[in-house]
Amino acid sequence: MSEEFVGRDLMNLEAKIEEAQSEQLLYARVLEIGMYIGLVVLFITFGVYVSGIMAPAVPLDQVASYWHLGVHDYLEIVNQNHLQLAHPPTGWAWLTMLGKGDFLNFIGIAILGGVTIICYLAIIPTLLRKKDNAYVAMALLEVIVLSLAASGILAVGH
Amino acid sequence: MRTGPLLSVKLGAPLLMLSILLAPLAALAANEAPAANEVLTSAAAGAVEWWVWPLVLLVVTFLMGIVAVLGGVGGGVLFVPIISGFFPFHLDFVRGCGLLVALSGALAAGPGLLKANLASLRLAIPSALIASTCAIVGAMVGLALPTHIIQTALGATILGIVVLMLLAKKSEMPEVRRADSLSSALRICGIYTEESTGERINWKIHRTPIGMTLFIAVGVMAGMFGLGAGWANVPVLNLLMGAPLKISVATSKFLLSITDTSAAWIYLNQGCVIPMMVVPSLVGIMLGSFIGVRILRVAKPAFVRWIVIVLLLFAGAKALTKGLGLPFIV
Repeated sequence: MSEEFVGRDLMNLEAKIEEAQSEQLLYARVLEIGMYIGLVVLFITFGVYVSGIMAPAVPLDQVASYWHLGVHDYLEIVNQNHLQLAHPPTGWAWLTMLGKGDFLNFIGIAILGGVTIICYLAIIPTLLRKKDNAYVAMALLEVIVLSLAASGILAVGH
Repeated sequence: MRTGPLLSVKLGAPLLMLSILLAPLAALAANEAPAANEVLTSAAAGAVEWWVWPLVLLVVTFLMGIVAVLGGVGGGVLFVPIISGFFPFHLDFVRGCGLLVALSGALAAGPGLLKANLASLRLAIPSALIASTCAIVGAMVGLALPTHIIQTALGATILGIVVLMLLAKKSEMPEVRRADSLSSALRICGIYTEESTGERINWKIHRTPIGMTLFIAVGVMAGMFGLGAGWANVPVLNLLMGAPLKISVATSKFLLSITDTSAAWIYLNQGCVIPMMVVPSLVGIMLGSFIGVRILRVAKPAFVRWIVIVLLLFAGAKALTKGLGLPFIV
């Protein structure tokens, strides 16, 4: 009798866990697609960059002259020598320079950085349907945290 | 016995790998970084063809990827101290690159681990929320502090990781008598199939509040130093919270895809990402990990773990002395 109960409890537990895994599988599918797109775009744009198909803002043979500098000095000098913008390019400024081979690479990097946000957004409807309020709240908070980080609002400096 | 030649082959592979990995580093340290606090000048950097540095990065990160897999650590924990210690790149760019390398590895592994039910989304979501929020704080603090302080703290942290690797034991299947109330409320539990025995294993966790609190420190350190935080995630999940080792390792790897995302955006938005560094490193680590998984079948992991410990000890000491402005042996 008790074995029957234990067996039934185990089946109930397995059913509950499998149900809980539906959002996990959805997350995995979205992550897989986003990750492949990001990596493929990154490799293609890097190929375009190093092959010289699209001219970079900083010539290939001069990149090594700057990467020993701290980021603040690096941005100042690169801006002064090559970009001549009103301000050194930080945040999403790279979007305005996609015509340059080096800045083109940021598309793939941004996709890789953004895919997790998409994954969270994708599972929220499933969590809502299950009335899993604690995880809906955590998923929404995570989207806010990652979006805030991606927004460029949080500026720092030496 | 017939094990002699086989044993020597098993030992030979990691030894050869170590010598290969250390040779370019030593050469670089000797030839390209003459001073105690080596900073490659513009002239020296420009003296070589532009493609040499990305190629060297590709080769070194490829070897690093192999050693990382065999040693059971993430690529990030080797990447940041070694590349910042022995290459001419500024620590700001090495940290940004290290985060992207760790992030890409975690993104690539994540789908498989989630589908195999080894990584637990329910365990990762609360941990990731805390760690990713704190990684932003860590990244902002790390970018605001002077480089020598971060370099010194990085060295101390790496040496701390060495101690952790030497002392921390792992538990395949920790005993969790009763799930705590928080993990029960959040329904953090699961079932996975142990491939070696075919057994279906139910797991649950305990000490969730303490574990979640520790993810504050894990997130801050991941963001501040650009390290993947697998070295910290696994002990917290496995030893403290009682998740089975396989679940802990897989969830930790997946967790990095979220924690490192938030920190990587801070570095990216500050301009700390140079594609010429990122892409070769990323390709190198990924290819190395791919080969490493194959070598793992024949190599002796315990021996390779010692290689990783020695490498980290060397790189940690280098970072510490560089940060303090002290001379180093190379």
